[in-house]
Amino acid sequence: MFRSHVMICSGTGCKSTGSEKVIDTFKKAVEAQGLSNEVNVVQTGCLGLCSVGPVAIIYPEGSCYCNLTEENVPLIVEEHLLKGRIVTDLLYKEAEEAEEILKLEETNFYKKQRRVALRNCGRIDPEKIDEYIAFDGYMALGKVLTEMKSDEVIQLVLDSGLRGRGGAGFPTGLKWRFAAVNDADQKYVCCNADEGDPGAFMDRSVLEGDPHVILEAMAIAGYAIGATKGYIYVRAEYPLAIRRLEIAIEQAREYGLLGSNIFDTGFDFDIDLKLGSGAFVCGEETALLTSIEGNRGEPRPRPPFPALKGLWEKPTILNNVETFANIPQIILNGPEWFSSMGTEKSKGTKVFALGGKVNNIGLVEIPMGTTLREIVEEIGGGIPNGKKFKAAQTGGPSGGCIPAEHFDVNIDFDNLIAIGSMMGSGGLIVMDEDNCMVDIAKFFLGFTVDESCGKCSPCRIGTRRLYELLEKITSGNGELEDLDKIQELAEHIKTNSLCALGQTAPNPVLSTLRYFREEYEAHIVEKRCPSGVCKDLLNYTIDPDLCKKCSLCAKNCPSECISGVVGKEPYVIDQSKCIKCGACQESCKFGAVIKK
Amino acid sequence: MKSLAELAEIRDKMKHIVDAREAGDDTVRVIVGMATCGIAAGARPVINAFTEQISERGLEGVVVSQTGCIGICQYEPVVEILVPGEEKITYVHMSADKVARVIDEHIVGGNPIAEYTFSHNVVK
Repeated sequence: MFRSHVMICSGTGCKSTGSEKVIDTFKKAVEAQGLSNEVNVVQTGCLGLCSVGPVAIIYPEGSCYCNLTEENVPLIVEEHLLKGRIVTDLLYKEAEEAEEILKLEETNFYKKQRRVALRNCGRIDPEKIDEYIAFDGYMALGKVLTEMKSDEVIQLVLDSGLRGRGGAGFPTGLKWRFAAVNDADQKYVCCNADEGDPGAFMDRSVLEGDPHVILEAMAIAGYAIGATKGYIYVRAEYPLAIRRLEIAIEQAREYGLLGSNIFDTGFDFDIDLKLGSGAFVCGEETALLTSIEGNRGEPRPRPPFPALKGLWEKPTILNNVETFANIPQIILNGPEWFSSMGTEKSKGTKVFALGGKVNNIGLVEIPMGTTLREIVEEIGGGIPNGKKFKAAQTGGPSGGCIPAEHFDVNIDFDNLIAIGSMMGSGGLIVMDEDNCMVDIAKFFLGFTVDESCGKCSPCRIGTRRLYELLEKITSGNGELEDLDKIQELAEHIKTNSLCALGQTAPNPVLSTLRYFREEYEAHIVEKRCPSGVCKDLLNYTIDPDLCKKCSLCAKNCPSECISGVVGKEPYVIDQSKCIKCGACQESCKFGAVIKK
Repeated sequence: MKSLAELAEIRDKMKHIVDAREAGDDTVRVIVGMATCGIAAGARPVINAFTEQISERGLEGVVVSQTGCIGICQYEPVVEILVPGEEKITYVHMSADKVARVIDEHIVGGNPIAEYTFSHNVVK
């Protein structure tokens, strides 16, 4: 038995800041101190504090060390692990500032979180099946196979109120039932791990931190609907998630938890990975299934729904990673446990990838019904540099923005739709007063223009035309009638597109127009970008009275458009050559460069 | 994997290994002073004896942890036992041989061993 466990995040976020070296140094330092039999150094999944990685938690104290480097590891090993003195200087900031040394669970970042889907992320070594089993892993599968009938499993999932976490929020149990009642010689269980929203990384973190939970849940789903074969469609840009899944599948097969005659019950189930090449449209269910079949990833009209005719025309269920991650816990703890969390129509928790203008960028899991204010101000630690909250974008390019007037909205599926946004898969991008809402709408629309598969014209042509209208406005050529055109075209795209990509693509435009119409109007009527983002509407000038004639701006100007004489004549910007990069403003020490 | 029992066996075996990651409010804590003074006086065999024996007996909800200098260096190795809801007990001049009795009588049995405690040994 180990008396101490050093859990170091090895998710993609912390890896990119050097956690591999930190893990390595920890192992060496622990060995050098002769503590190898007492201290367990574990690579684990995402702890959520991505912005201060690499992160390590040392148990049993629960101390959370942040921004680790190879250099400060020997100190932690000597002080904390050998002598039992916590190195407070290196702790998570809030924990360091507190009077008593805080455990991570006691910080604002964690206090309001409830980790269900992420429960094992940061607690187990994802590459060791035994550690997953230690925390009741595969117990739910065992229970289902040995004690329950397949329709009892479906009823249990239905009773829990679990809704699909991929964005649309369709009741999971219902989806399973539709597939279960269709007779076929073969059925399929598929997992949608084609996480494509800009700024979303919830599913990746689950796959990297707890891959076995997905395998277990898929096997349970297979038993429930009568399928023996599963596919995980995961994007090739997630190499670590893929590697961990491969390891997990191999280990599960070795233990007989995948394969034939699982738990000696006669139930067979196996899983293969299918790598996607990063087309956003392949997150749409019919396109995804078409892609697994080896065809070009394009959607097809529904009905027939996949529950009737899915993969290779056989009944198929497709659930999102996070949806699956909830299943084993629901089986073990019962539907009442799950439905006790959340709001009336949205049960359980939701994982959000918190990004943008917020202090604690990272991964959070909150009970449904938590307010946006709690997420941004308490869990997220507020907005940097004392700026004001302007809006939050949920649902990525398919969702919409939530303005400050709805800051206290209780986040659940239905409330978000009511205010013109949507839950989406869980990207949550916070924006402050420096973000231009027209520019944001243009950014997301630009993404869908690129990612439209081109099969149907409302999406292929419509989003392009809509983008051009926004470009016209941000370049200072907009007219007020354009706003009506935008509205009309957006509605048209929504109602006529073949799949959800097109049907939701105008949402960022519509919701910003709904809540920030005055910003659109400022661009059109006053030819002004109130947030100072749209370059064509900006001018940099130098105030001759404030200019100290130091020449720093001219030296930093990449387009050599600033002229003057050092110490004698104030500097002037040639507007015809200025590329509006802002380098002059950044370099001026006297605040003489003015942007407006 | 042929049965749930087989799975449960792996779980129970692993549970002790990862137990420390889940310490809650009802956890019994064994804290060993591991500053220079403690280590010099032989705290390392003591802490190892605690971790090994707790694991061997399969005791759940007990974590072994360490701390720095408690300030009574001449009484090292010092071990503190914190049972939730009870007063902290401080044992002094601990050795690996005494560990089994502390686990038996105090942690499992609930009766602190007076003769090992600080108040019993303090030079007045």
